[in-house]
Amino acid sequence: MPSGTEQTILSDQVQAEIDRWIAKFPQGRQRSAVLAALHAVQHEHGGFVTPELMDAVANYLDLPAVQVYEIATFYTMIETRPVGRHSISVCTNISCMLRGSDEIVSHIESKLGIELGESTPDGKIYLKREEECLAACCGAPMMMVDHAYHEDLTPAKVDAILDALE
Amino acid sequence: MDQKTVKIEVNGVELQAQAGQMLMEVTDAADIYIPRFCYHEKLSIAANCRMCLVEVEDVHKPLPACATPVTDGMKVFTKSPAAISAQRATMEFLLINHPLDCPICDQGGECELQDLAMGYGRDISRYAEKKRSVQDQDLGPLVSTDMTRCIHCTRCVRFGQEIAGIQELGTMGRGEFMEISTYVKNSVDHELSGNIIDICPVGALNNKPYRYSARAWEMEQRATVAPHDCLGSSIYAHVLRGRVKRVVPRQNEQINETWISDRDRFSYEGIYSDDRLMQPMIRDGGEWRTSSWEAALEAAAAGLLEAAGGDAATHIGAWISPSATTEEAYLTARLMRHLGSNNVDHRLRTRDFSGQEYDPLFPSLGMDIAEVPSLEAALIVGSNLRKEVPLLAHRVRQAAVAGASINFLNLAIYEYLFPIAEYMVGSSADLPLQLARLLVAAGAELPKSARLLASAAASVDEDQQRTVASLAKADSGLVLLGQMARRHPQFGLIQLLASRLAAATGVRLGHLTEGGNSAGACLAGALPHRGAGGARLNDPGQTIADMIATPLRGLMMVGTEPERDCADAAGAVAAVESAEFVLALSPYFAGSLAQHADVVLPTGTFAETSGTLVNVEGRWQSFAAVAAPLGEARPAWKVLRVLGNLLELADCHYLTSEAIRDELASAAGQLESDNLLSAKASARADSQAETPAEDLDIPMYQVDAVVRRARSLQLTRDGRQARHGVTGRRETA
Repeated sequence: MPSGTEQTILSDQVQAEIDRWIAKFPQGRQRSAVLAALHAVQHEHGGFVTPELMDAVANYLDLPAVQVYEIATFYTMIETRPVGRHSISVCTNISCMLRGSDEIVSHIESKLGIELGESTPDGKIYLKREEECLAACCGAPMMMVDHAYHEDLTPAKVDAILDALE
Repeated sequence: MDQKTVKIEVNGVELQAQAGQMLMEVTDAADIYIPRFCYHEKLSIAANCRMCLVEVEDVHKPLPACATPVTDGMKVFTKSPAAISAQRATMEFLLINHPLDCPICDQGGECELQDLAMGYGRDISRYAEKKRSVQDQDLGPLVSTDMTRCIHCTRCVRFGQEIAGIQELGTMGRGEFMEISTYVKNSVDHELSGNIIDICPVGALNNKPYRYSARAWEMEQRATVAPHDCLGSSIYAHVLRGRVKRVVPRQNEQINETWISDRDRFSYEGIYSDDRLMQPMIRDGGEWRTSSWEAALEAAAAGLLEAAGGDAATHIGAWISPSATTEEAYLTARLMRHLGSNNVDHRLRTRDFSGQEYDPLFPSLGMDIAEVPSLEAALIVGSNLRKEVPLLAHRVRQAAVAGASINFLNLAIYEYLFPIAEYMVGSSADLPLQLARLLVAAGAELPKSARLLASAAASVDEDQQRTVASLAKADSGLVLLGQMARRHPQFGLIQLLASRLAAATGVRLGHLTEGGNSAGACLAGALPHRGAGGARLNDPGQTIADMIATPLRGLMMVGTEPERDCADAAGAVAAVESAEFVLALSPYFAGSLAQHADVVLPTGTFAETSGTLVNVEGRWQSFAAVAAPLGEARPAWKVLRVLGNLLELADCHYLTSEAIRDELASAAGQLESDNLLSAKASARADSQAETPAEDLDIPMYQVDAVVRRARSLQLTRDGRQARHGVTGRRETA
């Protein structure tokens, strides 16, 4: 059992998820589970992690806290500041760009009244700053909303998707 | 690893190397310079700066010398057009975001980036775009930051992981947004953290107290020895117009490698404290007045003579700082004995002297410092090791990381940043009993002095069995008595039991001693029961405890502050107060001495005197004065010499401190110390009242008069906690 489990702010589900990942790696290599742990924590905490949560992960995995900060700040999939609860990533790489992703981005920006990298004031939607290729070029332009892909986007289609978000 | 010898060729010169060695190690050993930033011989290889790219025959791209293992027949070119071009290109990239603010950077003039930019940089930058800037960090009172200058070599990060054992800095973000940071606002608090200043190849991490106060090329670099712990780390003082501006490590693989503790690095601030005494002072009818040296020395001599009195009884005594130089200790002891008194002691924080007759010639580590990392097992008794002797803790950590079984028997739980086999903790009254149990576990007979413990000691638990077994099994093992054990009210018994335990398990016994010169003070005869070279005295004088319990008429303080340096602070002040005549040789005019002394003679701190410190290995280290004395302060050995002359001490015409050292060395220089006590050794065995761990643990930045006055150290977390009555102790494991 990892150290520091006596008092943790991590939920039982998150702990179980981290334990599942720890079991995949050789004993003593629990550090390898840190990215999965951050994903689990972020998912449960509404899309971002806080220093307290990162400290809890560090404690759970028996790592120096700063190593968890390093990983969380390195990967763009981990948000280290408060963001809206729905995460929208519009691909702006070459295929999507050629198929009009720039218009999609400006449409979303004007519709939501925020720019790339910002969240709506009601905390509902977070528009990620810059998304690299999500490997769906055949359906360009595309975007990812939470974990679902939406392809062959048009402004009307985007409106429908955004309006359907809770 | 394959230890096969291979032949390689570097720039046409054939070199021999061990297969698997990195190219950089081989070229460094052969004095072939390859430029580098991230490579550091004491740290792991990161290969992220790319400055050490070299050309290797039949490899179609340049390779980093720091991370390229040598292979037989390899042909390397470090200065070929391809290598130089790769190095120059790397430099161009490194300089893209570097601010080039060398004129206002403290690193200017001693900067690896600046030096290599001279060799490999272009004279004009092709980069016309915006440079990035990075917010600075507040890392605490010791290390200043200018993070825009950082080139991300990660030496500081690796230092934390690998040397300090606690990673406080990390690389946040990535790519162009990468920053070295603590992420959350956090000071860097490790006791070795100042070393990141030295290893930073640019001006990103710098010396905060020294900031903007001198230029590297204006200063003189003078070698000396750090006096604040028993290792005697090798240091350089950087001196401008006679003043120490900063202290840096002097590489010495036998003692401190390339590191020094923060205490040794920043203590120099205490030299320039506001309460430095600039002129001799004489108390005249209750009022202090400044005096000439002649008058003060005459008053000192007359006062001592009068206090000593004409009768056979001894009415005077001397308290010598365990960080005073060997020469000072030797002359003070000579002077006291000339005046008919054996009341000389430097063991100011010791509480139990009952076993002193059997004490080793001088308490030593029992092994070389450089051998410590190869220990297989150790039992450390009564020590807050990281705070007592930070760089020895680093050596023990190296052993622990390599797999040694490091065990503690302690009075409180302290945080160690390495794996610990067993951590046994008990009250101070329990410590001898626990040692006795270990001795029983080792199958040895308890010494006579410990018979009282026999029945309780018979019950041995598994932790104790395992600890003893690991010691017995080790080819290289050590029982180490720390400073808290040394200050324990039953030190004699602890030493006796530890000695028997070491003998029974076939390991060595070591001591961590007070101050920077306990060994030298012992050899110099600054003890009531032994003369120079450990000569047995027929009529032993009074120990420091005796001198406090039955106050004397006359007292002489050499570098001592009674209320801060003595185990019984209140008693020490009372003894000073009740003495008719008190002579103090002190750099400072403060505390009980300013209240109760009669003559205070201003002496130089460690930086302002020449002398010799004998470290815990028994290594004699002599040094010259590095700084000009403040005001009319004089080196204490000179003051003692003149005092000796005034008191008609024979053969006291030393022209140099070396002459004093040589005289002592001819009697004591070849002596070796055996820590294992003789078969007939005994010690007081009556049980003692409980002494809280906090009373035995002297905070790291309170150990001596100079350190206590080092302002920046007092602002660190350790410094603040000590002043607010909190030690580094944690309540739970």
